[in-house]
Amino acid sequence: METKSIMIVGVGGQGTLLASRILGNAVISQGYDVKVSEVHGMSQRGGSVVTYVRYGEKVHSPIIDKGGADMILAFELLEAKRALPFLKKDGKIIVNSQEIDPMPVIIGAAVYPENLAEKLSESADTTAVDALSLAKRAGNPKAVNVVLIGVMAKNWDIPYEVWTDTIKKTVPEKFLEVNLKAFELGYNS
Amino acid sequence: MKQLMLGNAAVARGCYEAGVRVVSSYPGTPSTEITENAVKYDEIYCEWAPNEKVGAEVAIGAAIAGARAMTCCKHVGLNVMADPVFTASYTGVNGGLVIAVADDPGMHSSQNEQDSRHYAKASKIIMLEPSDSSECKEFTKAAFELSEKFDTPVFLRLTTRVSHSQSLVELCDRENDELKFYEKNPAKYVMMPGNAIKRHVDVENRMRALEEYAETSPLNTVEDNGAEIGIITSGITYAYAKEALGNKANFLKLGLVYPMPVNLIKDFAAKCKKVYVLEELDPFIEEHCKVNGVDVIGKEVFTLLGEYSVNLIKKVVLGKEIPDVKPEPIPVRPPVMCAGCPHRGTFYVLKKLGLTVSGDIGCYTLGAAAPLGAIDTTICMGASVSAAHGMAKARGTEFNKKLVSVIGDSTFMHSGITGLIDIVYNKGANTVIILDNSITGMTGHQDNPTTGRTIKGEPTKQVDLELLCKAVGIENVVIADPFDVKNFEKVVKEETAKDEPSVIIAQRPCALLKTVKYTGRCVITDKCRNCKMCLKAGCPAITVKDGKPVIDATQCNGCGLCMNICPFDAIEKEEA
Repeated sequence: METKSIMIVGVGGQGTLLASRILGNAVISQGYDVKVSEVHGMSQRGGSVVTYVRYGEKVHSPIIDKGGADMILAFELLEAKRALPFLKKDGKIIVNSQEIDPMPVIIGAAVYPENLAEKLSESADTTAVDALSLAKRAGNPKAVNVVLIGVMAKNWDIPYEVWTDTIKKTVPEKFLEVNLKAFELGYNS
Repeated sequence: MKQLMLGNAAVARGCYEAGVRVVSSYPGTPSTEITENAVKYDEIYCEWAPNEKVGAEVAIGAAIAGARAMTCCKHVGLNVMADPVFTASYTGVNGGLVIAVADDPGMHSSQNEQDSRHYAKASKIIMLEPSDSSECKEFTKAAFELSEKFDTPVFLRLTTRVSHSQSLVELCDRENDELKFYEKNPAKYVMMPGNAIKRHVDVENRMRALEEYAETSPLNTVEDNGAEIGIITSGITYAYAKEALGNKANFLKLGLVYPMPVNLIKDFAAKCKKVYVLEELDPFIEEHCKVNGVDVIGKEVFTLLGEYSVNLIKKVVLGKEIPDVKPEPIPVRPPVMCAGCPHRGTFYVLKKLGLTVSGDIGCYTLGAAAPLGAIDTTICMGASVSAAHGMAKARGTEFNKKLVSVIGDSTFMHSGITGLIDIVYNKGANTVIILDNSITGMTGHQDNPTTGRTIKGEPTKQVDLELLCKAVGIENVVIADPFDVKNFEKVVKEETAKDEPSVIIAQRPCALLKTVKYTGRCVITDKCRNCKMCLKAGCPAITVKDGKPVIDATQCNGCGLCMNICPFDAIEKEEA
């Protein structure tokens, strides 16, 4: 099979790193070669955060270039828009409909674009989900990341149990219940 | 069974399997997780050193004593440890010694983009460069073998994308963990001129032997696809090149980036019509090829700046234009201090007072960004203190009364204390603010000598910052809470007005520490007169909706700084 490339984008602190690790470990259990690329340090502090997951028979580069992503999993609308040039022509977007103002918007130096979800739909096959509400319903607003993994999983050929097993292996024990609930809510959304 | 593993974790695994006994490092992105993962193996003694020089010296001592040892750093950390490293090249080792250095092309989290390969050449130390996690582990093990075989320290060079990518790694057992015999040998280990002169001869002989080894080393691999195009590359750029070119090129992948082979390169190039050198940052391999009369194409068609990419290689080598649609402009999202960050209070006050601020390396470098915009300079670890001393000596007393240094607790331990001693010794009158947030923040919460815990979380002696500053001769040491903005402002005014040096310890722990338990959420009540003072704090949780400030409940952690800033008591705490 051809290598599949998934780009996970969000705002530092939203848990994109954990999402990419869950995704990486889920595909590895299916016998694929996998590369996951993360960014740590300065860029994590509330800034734009990008991680890449690539899998297939043999994966060389851990990085996705412009025009190379089969899917963008976006934790925030503006970040989905920012990542758009990386999407393949027939690529898909799954986006959390949450808006988080970046500092230039907060201090009035820039304006948050309007109707981003609609604009994204005009450019690509887009599924927008209110992952924040679902995460709150699961018991913790921080579980947005696992809700979105759930939304993605339902469109995927990896069995449900593989996902839940991977979450059990990746997430700390005390947050497990909330995360499994979050996954289920995303999966059934 | 193969495991998905971070490049840095794979280096740590390589240490474990190679029988390493001692690792001493100072954290630095993107190298930090090597040491953080090494500590998970009970067989390896690990520690955070106060700075990279100390870390390197600990590892050198352990190697001389007969253990396999490692020290890890980011590229700029190698500058700090350069002094012992250059001489360790002369002494050689007993147990194997490996220095892992992680460069940061593209500067994801760094203040410069230096290419550490030059250090290998300058210090005459062999350098290996892996391209994925599996090689991270294997090259680490090979590095220890080479270190002992050739009696030399060995550099393991990483870059951000190798350090911070996960790929599959096959695990093996630990071996070679016996201590080597130690005996006194001053001719080898006491580097005074009479001995060092002789050791230099050994170093040059070692280089000749290593150059010969490079010709046949299994770390250098040739992939002949019968193509006309030849690619000479190493590290992550190999992965990009394979992705971009597949079987359309022949590859010479250099796992050994110093010293490099000559005949191997000549033979490889002779079979290709056109040879490209693909390497991020400086033309290190390219110059080696050109000096040896091999005609290669390199920086004239690529770039000295930032990272390479698959698209760039396709464009240059295959002439494949990738349409680059200019995206419509949208607001940027620069990193910011977290909600609840203790530094926010400090910078709010410094900005309000309009002071010149000599900054340093850490989360608080973000105090340079809008709306706080408080910092004037950031150079390197520790420079906030010494550079401010220089500014004061250059511009005099009145300037100094409007000047402060800001430096984190860990950075102060690293190299701020020496600058402070300089101020006392040379009759300076600077005001230094130590941002004591009880942790090394930027690199992801590492303990340091001021936290009272070791890398394993065990309790240990805690450096008392107040006593330390007093001991070097600072008579004015004030501890103040940066969230009590009124008092903090008063303290800064008082201390900067003095004709003597002062230290203000701005004490409040990092909001992300598990021990910090802010409760509730801050809300703006109808007492708000829309003065927007709260926005000056630059808190990511406070934003503007319909022209009025509002607090985003999902981001606010209830730290309460905004309540202390609001002049109309319009912000209240709502229990969650």
